[in-house]
Amino acid sequence: MAKPASRVEMPAQVVIALAGNPNVGKTCIFNNLTGAHQHVGNWPGVTVEKKEGRFAYSGETVRVVDLPGIYGLGAYAEDERVARDYLLSGEAGVVINIVDATNLERNLYLTVQLLEMGANVVVALNVMDEAEARGIKIDTDKLGRLLGVPVIPTVAPKKQGMAELVAAAMQKARTPGAPVRITYGREVEEELAKLETLVAGYPALSGRFPPRWLAVKVLEGDEHVLREIEGFAGIAAQQRESSARLEAVTGQDAESLIVDGRYGFIAGILKETVSRRKTPEERITLSDRIDRIVTHRVLGIPIFLAAMWAVFQFTFTLGDPLIGYVETFFEWLGGLAGARIANELLASLVVDGIIGGVGSVLVFIPPIFLLFLAISFLEDSGYMARAAYIMDRLMHALGLHGKSFIPLLIGFGCNVPAVMATRTLENKRDRIITLLITPFMSCAARLPVYVLFVGAFFAQRQGLVIFSLYLLGIVIAILMGMLLKALFFKGEQAPFVMELPPYRLPTIRGTLIHMWERGYSFIRKAGTIIFGVVVLVWLLSNIPWGAPIEQSVIGRLGQFMAPIYAPCGFGTWEAAVALFFGILAKEVVVGTLGVVYGVGEEGLTAAVTQHFTPLSAYAFMAMTLLYIPCVAVIGAIKRETDWKWTGFAVAYTLVLGWVVAFLIYRCGKLLGLG
Amino acid sequence: MAVLPLGLLAPGQGGLIKDIIGGRHVRCRLTELGFIPGAKVRVWQNQPWGPLIVSLGDGRVAIGRGVAQKILVEETR
Repeated sequence: MAKPASRVEMPAQVVIALAGNPNVGKTCIFNNLTGAHQHVGNWPGVTVEKKEGRFAYSGETVRVVDLPGIYGLGAYAEDERVARDYLLSGEAGVVINIVDATNLERNLYLTVQLLEMGANVVVALNVMDEAEARGIKIDTDKLGRLLGVPVIPTVAPKKQGMAELVAAAMQKARTPGAPVRITYGREVEEELAKLETLVAGYPALSGRFPPRWLAVKVLEGDEHVLREIEGFAGIAAQQRESSARLEAVTGQDAESLIVDGRYGFIAGILKETVSRRKTPEERITLSDRIDRIVTHRVLGIPIFLAAMWAVFQFTFTLGDPLIGYVETFFEWLGGLAGARIANELLASLVVDGIIGGVGSVLVFIPPIFLLFLAISFLEDSGYMARAAYIMDRLMHALGLHGKSFIPLLIGFGCNVPAVMATRTLENKRDRIITLLITPFMSCAARLPVYVLFVGAFFAQRQGLVIFSLYLLGIVIAILMGMLLKALFFKGEQAPFVMELPPYRLPTIRGTLIHMWERGYSFIRKAGTIIFGVVVLVWLLSNIPWGAPIEQSVIGRLGQFMAPIYAPCGFGTWEAAVALFFGILAKEVVVGTLGVVYGVGEEGLTAAVTQHFTPLSAYAFMAMTLLYIPCVAVIGAIKRETDWKWTGFAVAYTLVLGWVVAFLIYRCGKLLGLG
Repeated sequence: MAVLPLGLLAPGQGGLIKDIIGGRHVRCRLTELGFIPGAKVRVWQNQPWGPLIVSLGDGRVAIGRGVAQKILVEETR
């Protein structure tokens, strides 16, 4: 990596970056290398997920940074920019480029760009078993020689080739070799030489970027790079001159010439190293057979709905008995604590406040983890991409395309990563519409509220009623998407291009790690925000000490707000307080009710039946679903947009929630339901 | 052979990409995935209004109808 000598210090530890296309088994290799020693965070400044891990190699600690899955190092998508900036920073001493052996041509396009950038690459030639099964023969030694880097065959799920991969990477970290140079033919090379000389003349540029790479990117017309060179006299002029000359001489634009050059280089390599029995487009794989049914014009949507139904059945059928165990545990804990603490005030804080409040939220860990497990399974198996394909037509009605559907689906787990996942949408208009409707997806945190009320009022039809709330969120999202499009975003649509990875049976370990990453963030939230909130609620409901709860600070606050909700059927101060604190995190609605009714989670169902009717309970659930997203989501929306859109998101969801709850309650009344 | 947009091919039909029209953004995206002049594609699914599934080498890619109209191909079979 080209960087000023002054910045090169003795590296305290080896840092390996993992780069590769999506769906090539990168995550699996990351898990194999680092095991449980992982840490998920964000890349600075953006909300693209950053995964880091470490492992020990003959006494040394090696750090592994997992870059986002990317197809190239262009400037259009946020995740490609993140990967590029990280590689240019020079932090990683070596880059393991994971390559899908069954789709070499496309995968090597990224490899070539990594090499051009001067990255110190080791190639992991993954999915070797499938390549062999398809009759693709690859001469790995020769491939390595032609690329000028070590090439290690691997089968990630079976952990084959991992030791060799690590050894090669460590070796490469100590003795980086000279990378091969991709040449673009005489005409292009002449122009590149001029640009490179110009770039090399500016230490401010050549210190930050390898000059040859910058020259290629400038000639290619990479928007991000063009902005970087704006202040440097002569480069932009030379770029225009070079492009014009190339176009005149070759009849093609510079961008195409460079793309052709890269693919030409790849084609040359493939010709010498790969042989196969059958031409690829004649092969009909098992995935194709499955796709014929799953993405069928008529069957696709019913199959998708059935899959969602199965996910909910799985979650609740398995989750319900587990909830019982957790409940019993907290009851036991509360009894134990109550008996040991002599001080009445302290006992109330611990038993009613902390154990009661946090406990009433933590009982929902089983269904939340099961839901994340199911979503992770669908994602890792490849079905999620098909869901996006199936939904593309429907999403077009909202002026979005199928890719926007993935954030919405993740929203069923948690709205925060869902809002973050809108980053994969390339165009701002799509991003904003998608993230404004994402909060209507019933996230796992709404579940505790649904489970409580549905258990109390609709015990006979739990699955159906909960399903109807999920559906309500989807319908509202569709209507709002159409409205937002009509109001603010008329006009063009972003291109929809998405790889459909072959179906794979997810590994148990991979799916569990995936589930844990997501579930853990919920537990962490329960441990911090929710803990703080329940203690605050307990405090507010006990000031002044000894007064009945309706005369406490919180009681007065609720009484003040209750009339606003009266037309919706839940104009009690307890409900008002619960909704108020629910903004901090939706599951807190349950915890707050537990505290204000002065019962633990075991008595909550009974308490709720006294204060609500089935109709007002449904209106209340709709309100909980729709009104103001929780603070974490508001924060995520702010990071993705600006205060203007964030303020809009808060205001319009509040009004919408009230209106929908009002309509449900009033229409229900008219129909004689309550 | 006539050059026509990929979106007009029926399922099962193959084509040789001749050109990609449209903005830099679309072209950059398609290039990274391997949609380049000279590449062979085959249509697997093509329903009225909806997106298409095409194969490119061993890979399967879903592309929107709008994008498919920007890929010009020569019908091969």
